[in-house]
Amino acid sequence: MQASAPVRESLVTGGKTVHDVSHDISRQVEGNPTRLWWMAFGVSLAVLTYGAYCCGYMLWNGIGVWGLNKTVGWAWDITNFVWWVGIGHAGTLISAILLLFRQRWRMSINRAAEAMTIFAVICALSFPAFHMGRLWLGFYWALPLPNTFGSLWVNFNSPLLWDVFAISTYFSVSLVFWYMGLIPDFAVIRDRAVKAGAKTRANIYNALSFGWDGAAKTWSRYESVALILAGLSTPLVLSVHTIVSMDFATSVVPGWHTTIFPPYFVAGAIFSGFAMVLTLLLITRKVFHLEDYITIYHVELMNIIIIVTGSIVGIAYITEFFIAWYGGVPAEQYAFANRMSGPYWWAYWSMMTCNVISPQLFWFKRLRTNLVATFVISIIVNIGMWFERFVIIVTSLHRDYLPSSWTMFHPTMYDIGEYLFTFGIFFTFFLLFAKFFPVINMAEVKSIVKATSEKKKSTTGAH
Amino acid sequence: MSTTKKKYWKGLEQLKNDTAFVKHADKEFVNIGVEEDPGHSRRDFLKMMGFSVAAASLAACETPIRKAIPFVTKPLDADPGIANYYASTYIDGGDYCSVLVKTRDGRPVKIEGNALSSVSGGGTSAQVEASVLSLYDNYRLRGPKIVDKKTDWETVDSEIIAKLGSASHIRIISNTILSPSTKVAIDKFKAKYPSTQHIQYDPISYYGVWKANEASFGTGFIPSYDFSKAKTIVSLGADFLGTWLSPIEFTKQFGATRKIDEEHREMSRLYQFEANLSLTGANADYRTMVKPSQSGLVAAQLYNLIAAKAGKAALAASIDKITYLDKAAEDLWASKGSSLVVSGSNDKNVQTIVNGINDMLGSYGSTILSALPVNFRQGNDELMAAFVEEAASGKVDAVIFYNCNPVYDHPMGEKLGAALKGIALTVSTGYTEDETASLSTYKAPDHHYLESWNDFEPKKNLFSLSQPAITPIFKSRQAQESFMVWAGAPTEYFTFVKENWKNWFFAKATSAMDFQSWWDNCLYEGVLETKTDTSASISFTGDIAAAATAVSSTYKATNSGYELVVFESYGLGNGSQANNPLLQELPDPITKIVWDHPILVSQADAKALKFEMDGESNTQIGTLTVGGKSIPVPVLIQPGQAPGTFGISLGYGRTKVGKVAENIGQRAYQYLALVNGSISSDVLSGVTLTKTDTPFQLAQTQTHQTYMGRESVIQESVLSEFKKNPSAGRDFPKVTKWDEKVDPSSLSLWKGHEYNNHHWGMSIDLNSCTGCGSCIVACNVENNVSLVGKDEVIRRREMHWLRIDRYYSSDSTSTTSEEAEIASANPEVVFQPMLCQHCNNAPCETVCPVAATTHSTEGLNQMTYNRCIGTRYCANNCPYKVRRFNWFKYHDNQQFYQSNPAMNTDLGRMVLNPEVTVRSRGVMEKCSFCVQRIQAGKLTAKRERRPMKDGEVVTACQAACTSGAIVFGDMNNPDSAITKLLKITKDEKGASAFDKKTGNPRAYRVLEDIGVKPNIFYLTKIRNKEAEKEHA
Repeated sequence: MQASAPVRESLVTGGKTVHDVSHDISRQVEGNPTRLWWMAFGVSLAVLTYGAYCCGYMLWNGIGVWGLNKTVGWAWDITNFVWWVGIGHAGTLISAILLLFRQRWRMSINRAAEAMTIFAVICALSFPAFHMGRLWLGFYWALPLPNTFGSLWVNFNSPLLWDVFAISTYFSVSLVFWYMGLIPDFAVIRDRAVKAGAKTRANIYNALSFGWDGAAKTWSRYESVALILAGLSTPLVLSVHTIVSMDFATSVVPGWHTTIFPPYFVAGAIFSGFAMVLTLLLITRKVFHLEDYITIYHVELMNIIIIVTGSIVGIAYITEFFIAWYGGVPAEQYAFANRMSGPYWWAYWSMMTCNVISPQLFWFKRLRTNLVATFVISIIVNIGMWFERFVIIVTSLHRDYLPSSWTMFHPTMYDIGEYLFTFGIFFTFFLLFAKFFPVINMAEVKSIVKATSEKKKSTTGAH
Repeated sequence: MSTTKKKYWKGLEQLKNDTAFVKHADKEFVNIGVEEDPGHSRRDFLKMMGFSVAAASLAACETPIRKAIPFVTKPLDADPGIANYYASTYIDGGDYCSVLVKTRDGRPVKIEGNALSSVSGGGTSAQVEASVLSLYDNYRLRGPKIVDKKTDWETVDSEIIAKLGSASHIRIISNTILSPSTKVAIDKFKAKYPSTQHIQYDPISYYGVWKANEASFGTGFIPSYDFSKAKTIVSLGADFLGTWLSPIEFTKQFGATRKIDEEHREMSRLYQFEANLSLTGANADYRTMVKPSQSGLVAAQLYNLIAAKAGKAALAASIDKITYLDKAAEDLWASKGSSLVVSGSNDKNVQTIVNGINDMLGSYGSTILSALPVNFRQGNDELMAAFVEEAASGKVDAVIFYNCNPVYDHPMGEKLGAALKGIALTVSTGYTEDETASLSTYKAPDHHYLESWNDFEPKKNLFSLSQPAITPIFKSRQAQESFMVWAGAPTEYFTFVKENWKNWFFAKATSAMDFQSWWDNCLYEGVLETKTDTSASISFTGDIAAAATAVSSTYKATNSGYELVVFESYGLGNGSQANNPLLQELPDPITKIVWDHPILVSQADAKALKFEMDGESNTQIGTLTVGGKSIPVPVLIQPGQAPGTFGISLGYGRTKVGKVAENIGQRAYQYLALVNGSISSDVLSGVTLTKTDTPFQLAQTQTHQTYMGRESVIQESVLSEFKKNPSAGRDFPKVTKWDEKVDPSSLSLWKGHEYNNHHWGMSIDLNSCTGCGSCIVACNVENNVSLVGKDEVIRRREMHWLRIDRYYSSDSTSTTSEEAEIASANPEVVFQPMLCQHCNNAPCETVCPVAATTHSTEGLNQMTYNRCIGTRYCANNCPYKVRRFNWFKYHDNQQFYQSNPAMNTDLGRMVLNPEVTVRSRGVMEKCSFCVQRIQAGKLTAKRERRPMKDGEVVTACQAACTSGAIVFGDMNNPDSAITKLLKITKDEKGASAFDKKTGNPRAYRVLEDIGVKPNIFYLTKIRNKEAEKEHA
C-alpha cells in the first residue's frame, strides 16, 4: 500500500468501505434494469436498426449512395473512422500510461474508459470496412494471408495496411487488457450471487471470471500481467494515431502532406477521448449514483488534460498555417487559405471555436469543477474534433492541385445513416456493458479505499 | 456331412421336387404368389439416386446459353478474337468523314479516321467516333411500318407504288446527297415518275455562301479552304474548328500551322470576331466580341481597311471601335497571298463582301481553292421553303423524306409537320422513327451507314466508298434500293454501285488491273482520288457596292435590344444523333455542360437580368421570348459571350428520338428564319429573357473555370517571347535543400524503375489541341467507359478516363484570392487534355493496400481491376484526379439503362470492345494508355519476329486527334516520333530520360514540383500575339 500525501484530495468520498465498494458497484449488475435504462437501450437499438438499414442499402447498391465524388474520395467515412479511433484513445491511455505513472485517480474511471475504447474502436473499424468498394473481398485481401493467387501479397508501402495492423493490434490488446481487469470483479459478482443463491448468475459470472479463486498467487500473476499489458499498450497509444495520421501525412495532397501530423493527431485523439470519457462518465455517475467514486477531483484532473491536449492541438493548427506560408508551396498555401475562407469556412471556424477556444475555459477553476460546464464542453470538444477530421479530409481533397477537378461534397442520408449506425453500436454496447459488467474496477478501487478515501464518519463496516 | 446318406427334407415338396418349390428353393423367406418388383431394389435405388444427383449437378453446372449464334460457315478473314478493319464513309445530314471501321467477330466496335482521304485526312469528330453506338440504337426501326403497324417490304412497296402511280406532284426531300450512285438511283425514280422534284436542304445551311459565290463568280459553289497555307486568318464568326463547313479538315490544316519548335518558330495568327465564345474563338490569338447585328458591318469595315491599302474605294457601310480590326487588316495585308478571311454568316451580302476582301488579299488559288469545290452543304433554302409552302397549301400529293428530318431540323418544321397529314403519300427512309418518320405514313427504314454500300464525292474528283461492316441488324433496306424498287427497276445496290464505278472510273484507271482487283483495291483504300489543279484563281465580279448597301440596311452599329445567336452543338451537331449517350455525355468543349441545353448569357447581362450561378452550377430557369413565343431555358453564365447577346445551340429538344435524349432541352431550330433567301441563325430583335424563381442545376464536368494562376499546371507564353527564348513561359520550380535550391526531380526516395524494353510516353501539344473532344469519345468507345447520366454528373462522378480541362484567364493575378476564381469578361482560353500521367513515382501505387495498381516494366501505371478492393486512396492521392471509381454497378443495372445502353441492353452491348474488361462495381479505373493496343502491337511484332516499329501502336485518343496534338510512343526507341519530339536522351545509367537542358524547351510535366515524374509531357501554349501585357 502506498503512502498518500495528506494534501492530495480524496479519490473516493463518502467514507466508503471495501464492502461498500463491492455493493455499490455490483448492485447495478444484480438488480433489474431501470426504466431509464430500458428507454436508453430502446433508443440505441432503434438508432442501430436504422443505421443498419442504411449500411445494408449501401452494401447492396454501392458506395454511390454516399455523397462522395471523383475528387472527394473520402469524407464522412474516414472522418468518422478517425474520430472514433481518436475517442478510443482515452481508455488505453488511462489504463496503461496512467498505470505506469502510478496515477491512482485513474482507478475509478479506467473500466468505463476502456470499455468505451473497445466500443469506439469497433465503431471505427466499421468505416474502413464499409468504405471499401468491395468489402466482401477487401476484408481479407487487406490481410497478409497466404493465398492461392501465386505471389500476390499486400502492399507494405501503403499506410492503409499499416492501419490494418495498428488498429487490429490496438483492438486486441485493449480487449485483452480490459477483460483481464474484469476477471476479479466478475468473481466478486459470482461470489455475491452464490451468497444470494442466484444460480444462473453465479454460473455465468463464474464462467466469465474463468473460475477466479482469489489466491495470492493468482493476484500476483494478475498484477504482473496487468503491468506487462500496460507496458505493451503504452506504445500503442502513441502508435495507433500516429499511423492513422500517416494515411494523410504520407500522401501528396496539399493539406495532408504534413510532418506535424503524428504528434498533432495523438494529442487530438487524447483530447477527444477524454472528452468522450467525461461525457459518458458524467451520465453513468449520475444514473448509477457513483458520485463517491467518480468525484469532482477526477473530473477536474481530466479537464486539465483536456486543456493541455487542446492547447497542443491549437498550436498544431497555427503551426500548420505558419509552415504553409513559410514553405512557399502554392498549392499548400491555397489549401490553408481555402480552409479558412473557402466554401467550407464554416467547418473550419466550427473546429477552431470548439477545439481551441472552448477548452481554454477550463483555466477557470469554477468551470473545470462544474459538472454542467464540463458536460457541455466535453460534447463541444467532440463536435470540434469531428470537424477537425472533416476539415482535414474534405477541405484538403475538394480543392487540390488541378482547379478543373475542384468539387464540393454533400452528405446524403446514407452518410448520416452510417454515422448513426456507429452511435447505435456504441450506445447499445455501452448500455449492455453498464448493466451487466461492473462499471468501476472494484479490485483496484478497493486498493485505494483505505489510503485515500475520506474516513467514514459513523461505524466501520466489515468486508 | 457328405458321407451321410441321411437326407432331411424341408417338406414333402422337396421330396417331390415340384417346380414351385425348386423356383424358390434358394430363398429363405418365400412369399409365394406375390411377384417381387425388380425395379425397386436397394441397389437400384442407390443407382438411381447416384445418377440423379450426378445428372442434377451436371445440369446445374451448365451455364444456360443465351443467344450465342456460332458461325455455321466461318466467313473468310473473320477469325474469332482478331479485329478486321474496313474502309468506309461516315455520312450524316451533310457531314462527311472517310473512316476505318474496326470490327470484332462481325460487329463494328470502333471508328477511326481514314488517313488516305485528302479531305478528312484521318481525322474524326466526336460525332464520327460516337456513330458506332448509333448503329446499336434501341430506337432504330426494326423494319418497315405503315403508320404504327409493323409490316413487310412487299406490302409497303406495293402500297407505295400504287400511290405513286396516282400521284402527280411527287417530292423527294433530302439533305445534301454526296453520292453519285444515289443520284443515279434517284434519277431512275424521277424517270419513272416525271412529276418528281428532288429538293435538298441542310439542317445547317450554307446557302448564303453558295449564293454569294454565284454572285461573285458567276457560278454557285462552295470552295475548299486551305488553312494550312494561311499565315493570317480572320474569322468573322466562322467556327471552322468546331462546326463550320468542314471542321475535321480545317482542324487538321489549322493544327499544322500551330506546331512550332526551335527550328520552326513561325505560326499562324488567328483573329476571331464573334458573339458566342466558340471553339475557334477559344483558340484565337485575338478575339473580339461582336454582336450579330454588327457582324455585317465588321466585314464591310474590314473591306474598307484592306481597300485603303489596296487602293480601292471604300464601301458605304462601316463601323468604328472594333478592337483588333485594324490590326487584323494590317496583318492580312502583310501576309497577302497567304491570308484568309472566312465568315460564318449565311447572308449572301456579307459573304460577297468577304469574297471581295479575299479577292484583294489574293486568297483565291492559295488559301481558297475555288477549283476544288466541295459537294457537301449544297442545300437550297429557297426551294425547301417553297416546298413547305407548297405542302401546306396541299399541292403536293406524295413526299419521300430520304434520310432527313425536316420536321425537327428545318425552321419551318412545325408547319411541315402539320402539312404532312394532308399529303396522300408520305414516306420516310430514316433509320429511326424520328419526328418526320413518325408523321409519315410509311416508314421504309434505310440501313445505318455501317450496314450500307454507298459511294461519295465530297469534293470534286475525290471519291470515298462505304461498305457494310455488319450484316443488317434489322429488316431495314438500303434506301437506294427502295427508290429503284419503287421505280420498277429493282437492283441490288452493291451491284449498282460497282457497275457505276466500273463505267465511270475503271475505264479511266491508268493502272492495268482487272476490274475485280481494281475494285477490291478501291474498297481496301476506301477512297479514290484524282488530283485537281487548285492553283487556278478566278476573277471576282461581284457587285460589292450593292452588297454593302444591303448590309448597311440589315446591320447596325448599335442595337439596344438583346440578340440571339443560334449555333450548332459541338456534341450533338445538328441533333440527328441526339439519342447517342456518348454525345450527350461529351462535355461541351467550352461550357463543359453534359445532358443539358442552357442558354448562354454574358456576365454583364446576367448581372443586369439578376441571374446567378454558383460554383456547383446551380442556376435559374429563364423565360426566353422570341417573336412572342416563350420557352423556359436554364441559364448558363458564359464568359466571352458578347454582352447584349444570348447563345443557344441546336441539336436538342428532340421529341421522337428514343429514351436517351427524351425531354432534353428545346428545339432551337424554331429561331432560325429565312432572311434574304437563306436561313439566318441570328435573331436580331424581339428577344427577351426574364428570370424565373425556378432553380435548376446544370450538369457540368468542370465547375471551376480558372487555373488560379498555377504555373505548375498551365505554362504559356507569346510567340515573340518564344522566338527569343524557346523555353518562354516555362516554369522551373525548385526545391529548397538545406544548402541549395535544386530541381525537384533530382530528389527522390525511390531508386526509379528500369525500363529495359519499352518506355511508353506521350506528348500533348497545348498549342495545337483545339479542345474539340473527339479523343474523349474515342477513349470512351475503345475502353468501354461507362456513361453515367445527368444526375451522376451533377454528383461529379463522370467516368471519363480522358477529359479536357478548359481554363479561362482571370483579371486577377492572385493565386489564392476569390477574384482569381472569376473568369475575365472576354477570357483567353487554354485546353489541357488530362488523363492518367503514368507517373514514374506514382503516388497511387504506394498507397494501395493490396497492390492493385502497380508499375509495369514499360512505364505504365497499371490497374488490376480484379485485385481492387475500392478504398479510393489512390484517387485521393492522385494529384491529377484522373482516377475514376465505379460508384455503382453501371452494367446490367436498370438505373443506368437510359444513360448507358452499351452495357444495359442486348443491342447496345454489341458495341463493347471485347479486348477491354467491363469494370464491376466498387473498383477503380483509369487510363491504361490503351494497353490492349500495346499488347496487340507487341504480339504482332513478336509473331513476325521483329522489333516493334514506331507508330505501330496508336492510342485511341491519339488516333482521334485530328490536329495531331497527341504523340504517343516508345521513349526507349531512338527513332520514335516521341523521342525526337521531346529530344529524349540517355542518362548516365543508359536509361531514356528527359533532360531539361537538352530536351524540347517547350516540354513540361504538369505539377513538376511534386516529383511524381509523369510519362506525359505537355508542350507550352504559345499565343501568336504581341507581348503587350504579361499574362497572369
